[in-house]
Amino acid sequence: MADKVRKGHDLPTVGKSATGIRGLDEVTQGGLPQGRPTLLCGSAGCGKTVFAMTYLYNGAVEYDEPGVFLAFEERPGDLIKNVGSLNYDIEKLIADKKLAIDHVEIERTKIAESGEYDLEGLFIRLGFAIDSIAAKRVVIDTIETLFGGLENEQLLRAELRRLFEWLKAKGVTAIITGERGEGSLTRYGLEEYVADCVILLDNRVHDQLATRRLRIVKYRGSAHGTNEYPFIIDERGISVMPITSTGLAHVASTERLPSGVPDLDLMLEGAGYYKGSSILVSGTAGSGKSTMAAHFADATCASGLRCIYFAMEESPSHIVRNMRSVGLDLQKWVDRKLLGFSARRPSLFGLESHLATMYRDVTDFEPAAVVIDPMSALLSSGASGDVHSMVIRLVDFLKARGITALFTNLGAVSGENPTTEIQISSLMDVWLLLYNRESNGEHNRELYLLKSRGMAHSNQVREFVMTSDGIRLRPAYVGSEGVLTGSARLAQEAKDEAAALVRRQDRERRSRELEHKRRAISARIEILQAQLASEEAEAALLEREGIAREDQLVADRVAMGVSRRVGTALEKRAPKPAGKPQKRLDSA
Amino acid sequence: MIEDDGYSLRLYVAGQTPRSIAAIANLKKICEQHLPGRYEIEIIDLMKDPALAMRHQIVAIPTLIRQLPEPLKRIIGDLSNTERVLVGLDIRPN
Repeated sequence: MADKVRKGHDLPTVGKSATGIRGLDEVTQGGLPQGRPTLLCGSAGCGKTVFAMTYLYNGAVEYDEPGVFLAFEERPGDLIKNVGSLNYDIEKLIADKKLAIDHVEIERTKIAESGEYDLEGLFIRLGFAIDSIAAKRVVIDTIETLFGGLENEQLLRAELRRLFEWLKAKGVTAIITGERGEGSLTRYGLEEYVADCVILLDNRVHDQLATRRLRIVKYRGSAHGTNEYPFIIDERGISVMPITSTGLAHVASTERLPSGVPDLDLMLEGAGYYKGSSILVSGTAGSGKSTMAAHFADATCASGLRCIYFAMEESPSHIVRNMRSVGLDLQKWVDRKLLGFSARRPSLFGLESHLATMYRDVTDFEPAAVVIDPMSALLSSGASGDVHSMVIRLVDFLKARGITALFTNLGAVSGENPTTEIQISSLMDVWLLLYNRESNGEHNRELYLLKSRGMAHSNQVREFVMTSDGIRLRPAYVGSEGVLTGSARLAQEAKDEAAALVRRQDRERRSRELEHKRRAISARIEILQAQLASEEAEAALLEREGIAREDQLVADRVAMGVSRRVGTALEKRAPKPAGKPQKRLDSA
Repeated sequence: MIEDDGYSLRLYVAGQTPRSIAAIANLKKICEQHLPGRYEIEIIDLMKDPALAMRHQIVAIPTLIRQLPEPLKRIIGDLSNTERVLVGLDIRPN
């Protein structure tokens, strides 16, 4: 099976001409079919011309493939101006012979027809332009204008067929743009002639928010993504968001990223979030979600990793200023290019466009972590049915890249689960709930780690305090009425301290008493020892006297024995004192 | 040099195709008949000078352009429909 697949790669396949458009090359698995025409259709204002010009621009700048732009609608001057907003320096490319623009003017009122003709003039023009700069890419925008300019439609159709064959024979990769028609892809049925690849652009308005979408209708000889992909056009060009929820094949990392709050890290096995995980921080207004998010961004940058902060409600300078009050200096990370802010009002465009922008920013900046603050603002900018799938796409995209994502979500009061949370919470690996609970006439913040996949996390409700030195999590005081917070906790702490003081004093008193006793006893021990010593000395004296007396007795007995001539036995036993017994004998 | 009310005409062709040859013949015939002595025809073969196709905005072949009198007029086709050529060139038949 594996062999077969591998062999399949060696078979001749359709060559690809990279568009250089972020995301599109992924969706088309490499680009447009090389050496063949591609039909790019869509209604007015959906970005066909910009798309086509970007293809040529990227070809000339990035792939060293010169291109020809055959314009039927816009004059070269207008065209250059229009894409000037994308920072494309078309004039330089023209001067460098990397790009040629030919404007074809056709106006029916200025042309009379008499007899048969063909479009050889157009072929000659295009051929000359291609040959003059050795072009590999061609854009024809929009050839359907010819239908308005010429009477003989039958002839025109025959000539178009010939044109596309001729383009193939020339070996150029071409984009043919076409206006969207009623019930068909193009107004004049161009899809009949350009059958290799058809891309449909769309700009739909929902709730007054326009969202651009792209779909590959067909791509002969190549696999391709079949979904509608949102795309954006802005000053940084075009980007298509190519992500799909193909499978759950993300590689789980065991590396950790600190949460930025040491006390919270302790609750997460002392190490923080898993790298590449998705974290949801939900809470009521003013419960500290953004502060939590800023701590995470700060910690990421502090470990030398890049982070993007997608701000939906505050401007970057607001965030930087506000976070100074909790001791975070985010500006220094911005200056070191570790932290990137991307601030856009949710109402700027639809959810898909937001996600496409995020995709673009993420692929540009390549961060290790992103913060989306708040997610809930985005959720309101899409049709409710689309929201879930789009969020899945975003989470999948970030996970696939191993990017840790922290989403904040403005939730309902007292931890009730609003529907949006239910929709997205199952996608999240870590869910932090922040409460702002009222008790004893004051509001206090609490934090609860509702879930944290893959780790033994703390189950405690902690009091969440913002200090000038960052977030601190106070240990919980559990009383009869639940967790004590705020002044109730402070009162409890004071009570505890007083009790501790009493206990300490008690302990000290007891140890003092003991010390007294010890001293008294050792004094008595000393006295007794002294007594003992004197008694011992006495005893020794008596002993010595006793021995002396005993010796005397023996000596006396010997002396007496000698005088009575008891014999030698005694004499032998006791050494005969020299002279002395003799003296005794004399006296006896 | 032609007079003030004279016609300066340019016919663009691409090589010696039957259609080009027919267009040249048709044009000469019409001019001889309706503009005797008041016309000048220049035939431009784009095969020989392709850069002119772009410079002179040529799409269809053959294309006839009335350079003079002003304004510029364009007629495309092999000029087999004489009526249309006369209308297109703004020539009132004698």
